[in-house]
Amino acid sequence: MTSTTTSWGSRRQGSPTRPSVRQRARRLPRGLHPGAWWLWAISLAVAASRTTNPLLLAIMLAVTSLVVVARRGDAPWARAYRLYLVLGAVIIVLRVLLHVAVGFKYGDHVLLRLPEVPLPGWAAGIQVGGTVYVEGLLGAVFQGLRLATLIACIGAANALANPKRLLRALPGALHEIGVAFVVSLTVAPQLADSVHRVRRARRLRGDTVRGIRAVGRIAMPVLQDALDRSILLAAAMDSRGYGRSVQAPPRTRHTSGALVLTGLMATCIGTFGLLDAQSATVLGLPALLTGLVLAAAGMGVGGQRVRRSTYRPDPWRAPEWATATCGLAAVAAMLWVGYTDPSALTAPLQPLAVPALPLVATAGILAAGLAAIVSPVPLSTASTTPIPVSPPVTERAQERPRP
Amino acid sequence: MSPAIVFERVSITYPDAPHPALTAVDLTVEEGELCLVVGRTGSGKSTLLGAVNGLVPHFTGGTLQGSVRLLGRDTREHRPRDLADIVGVVGQNPLAGFVTDTVEEELAYGMEQLALAPDVMRKRVEETLDLLGLADLRHRPLRDLSGGQQQRVAIGSVLTTHPRVLVLDEPTSALDPTAAEEVLAAITRLVHDLGVTVMLAEHRIERVLQYADRMVHLSSDGRAESGPPAELMVTSSVAPPVVELGRLAGWTPLPLSVRDARRRVGPLRERLSHCAPQPRRRRPSDGIGVPALRARGIVVRYGEVVAVNDIDLTLRTGEVTALMGRNGSGKSSLLWALQGSGRRDRGRVAVVAGREVVSDVDLRAGIAPATLNPATLDPATLDPATLDPAQGRQLVGLVPHEPGDLLYLDTVVGECERADNESRANAGSCAYLLERIAPGIAPSQHPRDLSEGQRLALVIAVQLSADPAVLLLDEPTRGLDYGAKRRLRDVVHELADRGCAVLLSTHDVEFVADTADRVVVLADGEVVADGPTADVIVSSPAFAPQVAKILSPQPWLTVRDVQAALAPRTATSGASTSASSTSASSTSTVTPS
Repeated sequence: MTSTTTSWGSRRQGSPTRPSVRQRARRLPRGLHPGAWWLWAISLAVAASRTTNPLLLAIMLAVTSLVVVARRGDAPWARAYRLYLVLGAVIIVLRVLLHVAVGFKYGDHVLLRLPEVPLPGWAAGIQVGGTVYVEGLLGAVFQGLRLATLIACIGAANALANPKRLLRALPGALHEIGVAFVVSLTVAPQLADSVHRVRRARRLRGDTVRGIRAVGRIAMPVLQDALDRSILLAAAMDSRGYGRSVQAPPRTRHTSGALVLTGLMATCIGTFGLLDAQSATVLGLPALLTGLVLAAAGMGVGGQRVRRSTYRPDPWRAPEWATATCGLAAVAAMLWVGYTDPSALTAPLQPLAVPALPLVATAGILAAGLAAIVSPVPLSTASTTPIPVSPPVTERAQERPRP
Repeated sequence: MSPAIVFERVSITYPDAPHPALTAVDLTVEEGELCLVVGRTGSGKSTLLGAVNGLVPHFTGGTLQGSVRLLGRDTREHRPRDLADIVGVVGQNPLAGFVTDTVEEELAYGMEQLALAPDVMRKRVEETLDLLGLADLRHRPLRDLSGGQQQRVAIGSVLTTHPRVLVLDEPTSALDPTAAEEVLAAITRLVHDLGVTVMLAEHRIERVLQYADRMVHLSSDGRAESGPPAELMVTSSVAPPVVELGRLAGWTPLPLSVRDARRRVGPLRERLSHCAPQPRRRRPSDGIGVPALRARGIVVRYGEVVAVNDIDLTLRTGEVTALMGRNGSGKSSLLWALQGSGRRDRGRVAVVAGREVVSDVDLRAGIAPATLNPATLDPATLDPATLDPAQGRQLVGLVPHEPGDLLYLDTVVGECERADNESRANAGSCAYLLERIAPGIAPSQHPRDLSEGQRLALVIAVQLSADPAVLLLDEPTRGLDYGAKRRLRDVVHELADRGCAVLLSTHDVEFVADTADRVVVLADGEVVADGPTADVIVSSPAFAPQVAKILSPQPWLTVRDVQAALAPRTATSGASTSASSTSASSTSTVTPS
């Protein structure tokens, strides 16, 4: 294969060049472990929560969108990212409207003079109406932008990782909860189908009642349908061996329960400490790590009683480590800048100035964008299935009137 | 070799039920047998199948007397989940039993529960994909598959655990003839090649009877007989056309397949060669042939998919038209588009309304009668899609695929009264219609507790209370036994005799042969055949009814036709051969009183 590299130059003109073995191996399409995507996205979200610097937030949004566009599959949930962006925009608008209506206004540059409703002294911090200043308004925009970026990060995780595969990767102790989630995810589209069918059926009876009375008439058949279906599903799961696991002794159950609960509580406190820049350092990373260890131990104890195996589990290999590291780099950079130069992370409002662009933080965020390169191309369901003789998607679509 | 399934004096009583669902059932199924369970609706077929793996009574409640043993394991001590490694159960509605959302994961689910090693799982999934011809579908979402494919996935998903017993409850009831063949071929392959014991219930016995090694016949009182199919079929309360023809001709042993029958059909064909099939049914002298509904250029599309492609269709008064075609050929879309409640992207529907309907609509819509009077506006035509739904159903009534969707009250009488209200019909007219269609339904019953056939009857009555000029039925025969289908046939014929145009979509060729005057075959959203029933279905390999296959090239469609042709001859000649006496005695079983 050494000749391949030497002959590249000559081949470039004619036939397409053949990538080396290593390159091809990396490009094998496969789904990245959903955990890796979530770790990456949550890291970016944590990073976003530490800053109101519009430049950093904008880069973060751009990086997130880039990775989503580059690495999302063709599944339905992958198309949801746009909705999260729209939601973010709505949040910014709402934040601004709230600021104008009841927010506390500050600044020097007058933008808009509105009449103010006088409030008693104890209602400090709330100002109904009143003059709107550029500084206050920009502050509101930046806060909205921060929240919008956070939401875009979560949206990216949802678009990149199959939520059901994430549930499959849950530890054994959480298996039952995972199954409940999966089942409820399946039920939602079925319910929508049911509602659609029943509404059309009502037209057949000439029943055009609207409003609250119609709800009852639609809900009755839909709920009965859902109930029938869930009983059928439960029977099917029972006869296929769901819940065969051996009953655990009470002591094991209690130990694992206590461990998991304490762990989760510590994790919550740790997350809060990490997100809230003002709280004590002990409440941040140390609490989070302790909590995670405790929870993991609890799940380990609880998982011993579950005897089941996983079909084709998602592997955790180098691309997963690399993707997760990309995300963590952003957090680390942000924490570092927050420690050394906290002012660089906030937009200067009083006095108004162009926000700074801290080099380390920018580099960290851009490193998170490397996830678009280090992660493998997702498996496309459309291209892996040859088109069958009678395309069943078509059949199903045609049958939509009677799902 | 120990028997696969043993029932010993099994009686099962559900809570609050006046009678036991099964009474003192003794049954032994040897390993490797295909056992067919037949019986009328409500005779306890599902109960019997559920008892095999202990879902009855562990899951459903009720009391079980006697014992059920599965390869030596007693269901009293083993819950369904503890039997999952030796028995696989496939329900009527495969989609309702799916736990995951793609084909491959569904196949693996059962094995994951049994904690099989990953490499074993991987190998078995691949084997099962090949065995059932699912390899192309492995990553596909289950909801996007066609009915036949879903059913094969459901069978595959229990096969991966290598069960030694397979229990199937009406595996082909929702499938078109070709897809049903596909599923049955897969099942017989399992029995022959892998030695799996199969127990299956089926309404359309003609599809499976020839493959069965043993038959269990359940009578309405919950008693069961078991034995070789040919013996039990002599007295069975439900019988496919091939058996009825055998009974009529007095063949012993009874033929179970078209092939058996064809080898013995010589003398019967000889007797029939002198007479031609009589006209299908007596038609009303007036009104037949007058167009009741004219559809031009109907197009229904969902995104890129064209479900109904530029169809022209005319329905005539007093005519029963059957709409056939494989799953997904656009039958339902067409029905909904004709009714006007469903999607219609292009095309016009004109209902040539009868006098009464026009006057009714006038009154309600406040339109001056003159504009709609057939005398002044010729033809007096209306499109149900442009009208208010309440008026639209006066022109075209539709009974959907899931009749239960139309019902939302908690008593039958409540539904009837509401229907009278909605249709502005006289009080009690819906209840009267229901009594005519399906006598003996208690008015205080909950619609959900009715049998499939009774619920269908209730919905038909509800829709008929509006007195529509055209009635559309979407797969009305699903889940009906032979008796219920005969009653449905009589109802449809009576409607047609009163001048209603009836269009029904169905996969049931025997029902079509017995009921329809005309058959329209759809494929890919287009009409590929349209003509009198005999012309269309006799020539088609997939749609030909059993009697046509047996007696071909003579153009007979149903046992009724043959019987009608033979009956007058025996009456006039007075000959009392054994064959004719059989035919006389079977008259009572074939024709409902």
